[in-house]
Amino acid sequence: MKKVLGIFGVLLAICVIASLGNPDFLNSYNLQNILKRTALYGIMGLGAAFVIMSGGIDLSIGSMVALVGCLMSLLLVDWGLSTPLVFLLLFLLALALGLIHGLLITKMRLQPFVVTLCGLLLYRGVARWITGDSLTPPGGFTGAHEGLRVLATGRVTLPLLNFPVPIPFLILLAVTAVAAVFLNLTIYGRYLLAVGRNEQAARYSGINTHRIVLLAYVLCALLSGLAGVLSLLDNNSIQPPQHGSFYELYAIAAAVLGGCSLRGGEGSVLGVVLGAALIPVLNNASSLLGFPTRLEFAIIGIVILVGVTVDELVKRVAAARRASHGAAAVKN
Amino acid sequence: MAEASDTLLQAEALTKRFPGVTALDRVELSLRRGEVLAVIGENGAGKSTLMKILAGVQRPDAGRVLLDGRAVEVRSVHEALELGIALIHQELNLAENLDVGANVFLGREPRRWGFLDRAATERDARRYLDMVGLDVSPRVLVERLPIGRKQLVEIAKALATSARILIMDEPTSSLSQHEAETLFRVIKDLRGRGVSVIYISHRLREVEELADRVTVLRDGRNAGELTGADIRPDRMVSLMVGRDVSLFEGRLPRSLGEPVLEVRDLVVPSNPRHPLSFTVRAGEIVGVAGLVGAGRSEMLHALFGIEPARGGSVRIGGVPVRLCSPRDAIAAGMALVPEDRKEQGLILEMTVRQNIGLPSLRRHCRAGGFLNREQERRDAAAMVQKLRIRPADDTKVVLTLSGGNQQKTVLAKWLLLRPRVLLLDEPTRGVDVGAKEEIYHLIEETAAAGAAVLFVSSELPEVLGIADRILVMHEGRLTGELGREGASEEAVMQLATGHGGAGETKRPRGS
Repeated sequence: MKKVLGIFGVLLAICVIASLGNPDFLNSYNLQNILKRTALYGIMGLGAAFVIMSGGIDLSIGSMVALVGCLMSLLLVDWGLSTPLVFLLLFLLALALGLIHGLLITKMRLQPFVVTLCGLLLYRGVARWITGDSLTPPGGFTGAHEGLRVLATGRVTLPLLNFPVPIPFLILLAVTAVAAVFLNLTIYGRYLLAVGRNEQAARYSGINTHRIVLLAYVLCALLSGLAGVLSLLDNNSIQPPQHGSFYELYAIAAAVLGGCSLRGGEGSVLGVVLGAALIPVLNNASSLLGFPTRLEFAIIGIVILVGVTVDELVKRVAAARRASHGAAAVKN
Repeated sequence: MAEASDTLLQAEALTKRFPGVTALDRVELSLRRGEVLAVIGENGAGKSTLMKILAGVQRPDAGRVLLDGRAVEVRSVHEALELGIALIHQELNLAENLDVGANVFLGREPRRWGFLDRAATERDARRYLDMVGLDVSPRVLVERLPIGRKQLVEIAKALATSARILIMDEPTSSLSQHEAETLFRVIKDLRGRGVSVIYISHRLREVEELADRVTVLRDGRNAGELTGADIRPDRMVSLMVGRDVSLFEGRLPRSLGEPVLEVRDLVVPSNPRHPLSFTVRAGEIVGVAGLVGAGRSEMLHALFGIEPARGGSVRIGGVPVRLCSPRDAIAAGMALVPEDRKEQGLILEMTVRQNIGLPSLRRHCRAGGFLNREQERRDAAAMVQKLRIRPADDTKVVLTLSGGNQQKTVLAKWLLLRPRVLLLDEPTRGVDVGAKEEIYHLIEETAAAGAAVLFVSSELPEVLGIADRILVMHEGRLTGELGREGASEEAVMQLATGHGGAGETKRPRGS
């Protein structure tokens, strides 16, 4: 909980600084953009967070986004399949890839890093191959398909709020709610944290640890697929070689900023969403405040590094205080 | 046998304390030139600590070590090697990915102009390999060798450091009969060359064959010494045993009921050649005694589905059960308090409540897998109170609890399930005396409520104190079964070291 407050504080501080430095930060169009990016990173970040909580890692997220995007364009525009069928096929594809990741990691005992690194290479390659490595769909969505783009570009003005909220952000809110319920209110969420902390003790307690790990990779793949659909629709057409690259790193960054430890077993849903918001806010704020865009990566890197260092220091101070307190208690 | 009887190594009044235990209490030991000295004792008698001190792995709190009559300080393994003392660990310390020659000279590689001199390595390595009668090329990768030959490589490596004293900790524990015989020949040959060997083993027959002299430790003290014709298993056993059993008075009366756990020809994966059969009745506490490595934990793991059995049948309450995972075992009414509470028993970073609830969450969850938090809270509070876990706050992270309270948390999580069969693996290890007593009481209470209890422990007084019946294991086999009347430390140790006499045949009663 302290971590969530910490990241919320940082996010708020940057927003305040940015809006004081440049009033454009608060302009409706700018905020909508930030929310849209937040939605994308948040959806992927939650997927990455489940995997990281289970004690693993998923590096294939960005390539999965590209593959799902390219395939969707191919099936919908080139092959002319119906929209529900395409969504069903994409869902099954993501499900299958997640299952394969999970099975290779649990049953074959391969390392998550290696398995998903191969995924990163493989899916990117397949995406480029099926599209002939060219812009897809070439002319963007037209005609009957154009309506679909509402999912990514639409806005809903909520009553009371008087602010048009991008639909992807509403999707993120729904995903967040489901994820939070899953993690905090079901036995599977508890099992996921237990497995991430101590796989052996979890197994000795009668938990089917393989199934839990499998579930984490499947959820991550499904959320990556959702992000793939949204980002294709948002971009209208995509470049297979670049689209979605580095997204896995944004997703992992969001998870880590949100309090996940790569050692597993730790993290909160709300924290991850705030972490996902921090990335576009930082980007946006730094460009509005006049930093060169080329510094974008460097700034994110520094913020994460400072964040985890402070977190570690806080933990050590707390541990030291507990130890001295405990010693005092023993003496009494 | 060595003619020169002059003393090479002398340990005087070595004392070593660990938090809560005195591992060594003024222990004396002397080793002559060209002799094989066996050091024996029960688990926890202090053998390993003594060897670690001699080899520079640990430092004593008091006492001193004399080499050639001169006091020396052995501050590190490196210094021990310089003094000519080499320790060969039970689990070997070889770089498996390198070849034999590289291992023999690891850290002291022959060099030429700063580069590795492969020719010299090979030539010199051969010399030491010959000394241990090992006929392999120095270019062979160590990982390709069977375990017995790896052991010989380890000895060659020690000789290459010009060791005069070899300390071997249970060297035959993972060797075949044939490999062990080769090792004995090498040891005898080294003795002829004037090398002194300190030989630690549980296998009294080996000690009888090899040792010129035997030093016996018990509870961290010298318990006696044997030489020549006195080196006989029965003499050794009588020196090894004999401890205090006052902790176990005022037992709860229990009546035994129907058989609950019936195990027939259970094939444990690590010991497939010796299927196990036994029965535990309702209300009965059956102790499983044996030395470390006798296969007791492996048996529990097979029963609990962690390393599922390869054959045989298990019935619980007369019903055959399939035990392929801990989940199956729990569903069948079993519970296991595992040996290593930090790695296997608990999730240290979680709270007492979350740990206690973990195996029973599924039982109480609502439709759709939703947690029943109220039930979880009530159960944990009840168990904390019943088992008197301190601090009495189930929201504490387990990591912050003392060893005894951590162990009580493990018991709590399993007792909450009301198991019909309770398996316990060293349930009082690393626990203070007060908590021990409470744990004994809980075990008896559980049995009195009708559970079948199977209780593995390396502490003989404990097994003798609370078990109604004792099964003894030796090298993966059940070597005997002792009733309350026939049970004594001597009788158990005879069976546990493979000297059961009648125990080698079937179903003996006492000794």
